[in-house]
Amino acid sequence: MIDRDTVEHVARLARLALTEEERERFAEQLGRILEYADRLSALPLDDVPPTSHALPMTNVLRDDAVAPSLPRDEVLAQAPARRDGFFVVPRVFDEG
Amino acid sequence: MPETPFETARGLVAAYRAQRTRPSEAVEAALAQVERHEPRVRAFLHLDAERARTEAAAWDRRYAAGEDTPPLAGVPVALKDNLCTRGAPTTCGSRILEGWRPPYDATVVARLRTAGAILLGKTNLDEFAMGSSTENSAFGPTRNPWDLSRVPGGSSGGSAAAVAAGFVPLALGSDTGGSIRLPAGFCGVVGLKPTYGRVSRYGLVAFASSLDQIGPLARDVEDCALLLDAIAGPDPLDTTSARVPPPQARAALGAAPRGLRVGVVTDAFGAGVAPGVAAAIREALRTLEGLGLAIEEVALPTLEAALPAYYLLAPAEASANLARYDGMRYGLRAAGADLVDTYRQTRRRGFGPEVKRRIMLGTYALSAGYYDAYYLRAQKVRTLVARDFERAFARADVVVMPVAPTPAFAIGERAADPLQMYLADVFTIPVNLAGLPGLALPCGFDGGLPVGLQLIGRPFDEATLLRVGHAYQQATDWHRRRPPVA
Repeated sequence: MIDRDTVEHVARLARLALTEEERERFAEQLGRILEYADRLSALPLDDVPPTSHALPMTNVLRDDAVAPSLPRDEVLAQAPARRDGFFVVPRVFDEG
Repeated sequence: MPETPFETARGLVAAYRAQRTRPSEAVEAALAQVERHEPRVRAFLHLDAERARTEAAAWDRRYAAGEDTPPLAGVPVALKDNLCTRGAPTTCGSRILEGWRPPYDATVVARLRTAGAILLGKTNLDEFAMGSSTENSAFGPTRNPWDLSRVPGGSSGGSAAAVAAGFVPLALGSDTGGSIRLPAGFCGVVGLKPTYGRVSRYGLVAFASSLDQIGPLARDVEDCALLLDAIAGPDPLDTTSARVPPPQARAALGAAPRGLRVGVVTDAFGAGVAPGVAAAIREALRTLEGLGLAIEEVALPTLEAALPAYYLLAPAEASANLARYDGMRYGLRAAGADLVDTYRQTRRRGFGPEVKRRIMLGTYALSAGYYDAYYLRAQKVRTLVARDFERAFARADVVVMPVAPTPAFAIGERAADPLQMYLADVFTIPVNLAGLPGLALPCGFDGGLPVGLQLIGRPFDEATLLRVGHAYQQATDWHRRRPPVA
């Protein structure tokens, strides 16, 4: 079980609005999943390096060549709001 | 010809070339099959019959004129709905992308068009490929053609069901923790998760980028190889696509696998594996032995730890990947009191329960104070899983496990218990963590439901898996059985 303040904190980090019912359910379910994950703490892992990726590749580069981009109008056509070739988004900073 | 919607892709192409039938007839047969059974199976989210007919008519003319045609010309193919199709709906089974029409094709989609495939429609999936049953789709579950009260497996459940029900001979899915192999196993078809990097991920909507891989589903191994050959190979648009020579999978099938060593994972026959599943796998091993393969025992001591490690790593990557759904540039926007509230309301309305659960879990595992205890530890387990396989491949050329501990479970049976649902992936997940290729193919039945055999190979050695699978299918007829619904 993790407490509901933790659930609310994580929801804030994840930009998720939760209902009261979801907060309760996630506290219970996430607690059980994390309890299951705690099995990993029994393994001797101190000297094991972490793996972040299955393939041993680093710094994959491409030629610095100009190539066509996606057509602007087609991309903007998918936006919830647009004007004059721009995305329209809610105000980011308060005025004054 | 084709008297049946169960003709193979290569059989269709041969029949077109011999002018025994036309792509239009095959497309009509496929659409008729869909019309009869789709109302109960619900494999598709979108169908484009009009366009399929137009494209088929164009291939009809080219075959009639005796022109050279590409390898899949006029073959109907279905695509999991997390693969971008230019100008056509791509929902990922989510309300947050309802109505979105991507401005580009995924690389695999572009390659299929070049290969002449007719893209019949987009198939159902667990929302953002997060699930093992296809019940997590925002648009309702797909049902297993073998038993409509059961799940088809997930997350590529629509693709597997479409192949099993005779809607299409070929489909693409994606596999992050078993999402091709599990539904292939549950629906009695063949599914391949290629080596990580074998197939470009460009245009596959991201779930967990270090694990995701696109792969083929088909009714037999030879068709599976044919589809792999059409989509594999490096792509400058995906920097994680490996610069290795193409698999030439279909050409490799001719060589008999006699003398190869099969490593049976002894840890995979313990508690939790249904007796009928274990019996079918053992019978398959006897068949392989009869084909001249040597059976060895191998151990995967980290097998049990792989599952909890995956359910930290995949949600962690997902929580970062799904941050892009903010209601600004595409998809749903639910207006809130201010910018941050708009993000929060958009994501509340757009995402379903499993996606929210994984975003929460992943955000928690990555957050300050918990990173070392969960995320880092899981990454270390990933190293141990890869080492387990390296040791196994010193003794064996192919490693064998069941696809899943049980056959298809009932719809609703595990929906309320995420941990029970996650257990379906216990034998498929280690393969993703190690980045290896894994092939699922039918090897029998348990209580009337298909059982899947999983063959796991060395990195970029899909050819050996397919060779062994093909030889197995020459000696058995499980892949020719048809579900009662069809």
